[in-house]
Amino acid sequence: MGKPLKWTFRVVVVVYMFLLVAWPVFLVAKNAFADGFADISAILTDPDTAHALRLTVIVGVQAVIINTIFGVGISLLLVRYDFPGKRLLSALLDMPLSVSPIVVGLALVLVYNGRTGWFGPALESVGYQVIFATPGMVMATVFVALPLVIREVVPVLEEVGDEQEQAARSLGAGPVQTFRRITLPAIKWGVIYGVVLSLARSLGEFGAVKVVSGNVLGETRTATLVVEEKYLNFDKGGAYATAFLLALIAIACIVVVSIIRPKEQVK
Amino acid sequence: MTTATIAPGPAAPPARRKARGGRRLNRASGLGLGVAMLWFSLLVLIPLIAVIVTAGEGGWGAFWDSVTNAQTAASIRLTVGTALLVTVVNVFMGTLIAWVLVRDRFWGQRVIEVLIDVPFALPTIVAGLVLLSLYGRDSPLGIDIANTRPAVFLAFLFVTLPFVVRTVQPVLAELDREVEEAAASLGASRFTTFRRIILPSLTPAIAAGAALSFARGVSEYGSLVLLSGNLPMRTEVTSVRILSSIENDNLESAAATAAILLVISFIVIVTVDALQRWVVRRG
Repeated sequence: MGKPLKWTFRVVVVVYMFLLVAWPVFLVAKNAFADGFADISAILTDPDTAHALRLTVIVGVQAVIINTIFGVGISLLLVRYDFPGKRLLSALLDMPLSVSPIVVGLALVLVYNGRTGWFGPALESVGYQVIFATPGMVMATVFVALPLVIREVVPVLEEVGDEQEQAARSLGAGPVQTFRRITLPAIKWGVIYGVVLSLARSLGEFGAVKVVSGNVLGETRTATLVVEEKYLNFDKGGAYATAFLLALIAIACIVVVSIIRPKEQVK
Repeated sequence: MTTATIAPGPAAPPARRKARGGRRLNRASGLGLGVAMLWFSLLVLIPLIAVIVTAGEGGWGAFWDSVTNAQTAASIRLTVGTALLVTVVNVFMGTLIAWVLVRDRFWGQRVIEVLIDVPFALPTIVAGLVLLSLYGRDSPLGIDIANTRPAVFLAFLFVTLPFVVRTVQPVLAELDREVEEAAASLGASRFTTFRRIILPSLTPAIAAGAALSFARGVSEYGSLVLLSGNLPMRTEVTSVRILSSIENDNLESAAATAAILLVISFIVIVTVDALQRWVVRRG
């Protein structure tokens, strides 16, 4: 490639990334520390915000656990077994990535709300509230992050093949032993990336949780909802500080992934 | 590092999720599949079907009335139009960024590699705040586009950034450089080599990335809340419109508009799937 063209491309890309991502993200960090640590410590000591942060972690961790178990299981089924409708299922599993979070929330409300939902009234009559409560928030979060573990694990499973598993089985290992001793170590990194990405996505979910949670202060308000509420109530310092914490977690997640991944490729 | 993909979109060579002569289901795996399908149905399929059913409950007339309501129609036009525009920008910029990341080596490239994934990992509400701090009222650049249509464009541009880059990058990395050298040695200009040799191999990946970025744009909500002002008829996108119907307890009208979005994302999924199969068939 000619030198002038190469430099033009380089400069265009760097400027574009700087104006679209790097500078704006830097400004949020700067605004969060506009008054030193005052805003950060204010949100950490405010009981409602602290509750929101705790709730975000609780919901996020539950969603990640569910998605990891489901994701690894369904990946094994998709790669290692044949069954009718497999291709359709595989395409449908990607659906959550392109559905609007508001539509996700609406869909869950239509089925699980306690008044007019398809299943909601029955569930509530046995004392199980989904919408405007933690279970609904977990479901919404699981929905939006659903494909992430699967997308990471399926290619790894296909790459390692099943010769070792067959060997283990022919030597008398049971299915549990085969999974624990052969399959799991082989797909370990794929699972870890999937978990880190799901965690980033789960902690940051906003739209779907907003619809199903009812957004009640001190009860069902999560960290992302706090950002919106604080900004709209002219508490910009608090909004920037909360946003900074969320951004820090998200960026930590992608940095962790980008550091681990090449190491695994060298191996 | 060039293949480090925090991939939204089919980052790996496409259509990996293909049947490769697997085993038949036995009792344990059959049970596993049953449980997984039950959970998937309760979580995804039944709720999405509920949206379609609720949209159709009042009959075709009611459905048509709610989606052609002036405010709803304006929001759909704005959302789809802006998403298309952003997709066009992404096709060019995404391919260019992928090109620079794969074919060029310079100091700080790794930072760009990480920055590409930031919009994917950043909570959308934070993304809105992030953009507002550079392009809002207190902009150090003096550019204030908050509460205008360009703000919608900017928000879409931010959240869809990774898609084309991450689908094109692995394909570009695996291209055979010898073919390009052969073309060049036979007298093809750089532009001809790109157009005749490189571009045809990249087209399916670009198209898949474009489809994903379009779908993501159409369904965007969080980043717009603070940035676009959500002014009816002007900067209100479809997701915001659906949310206000939900808050007004008008679930039928919300479902009707949501059904339009679902149809769009379904078309996108089918397109991406068809593209990937086409690539696999071509070898």
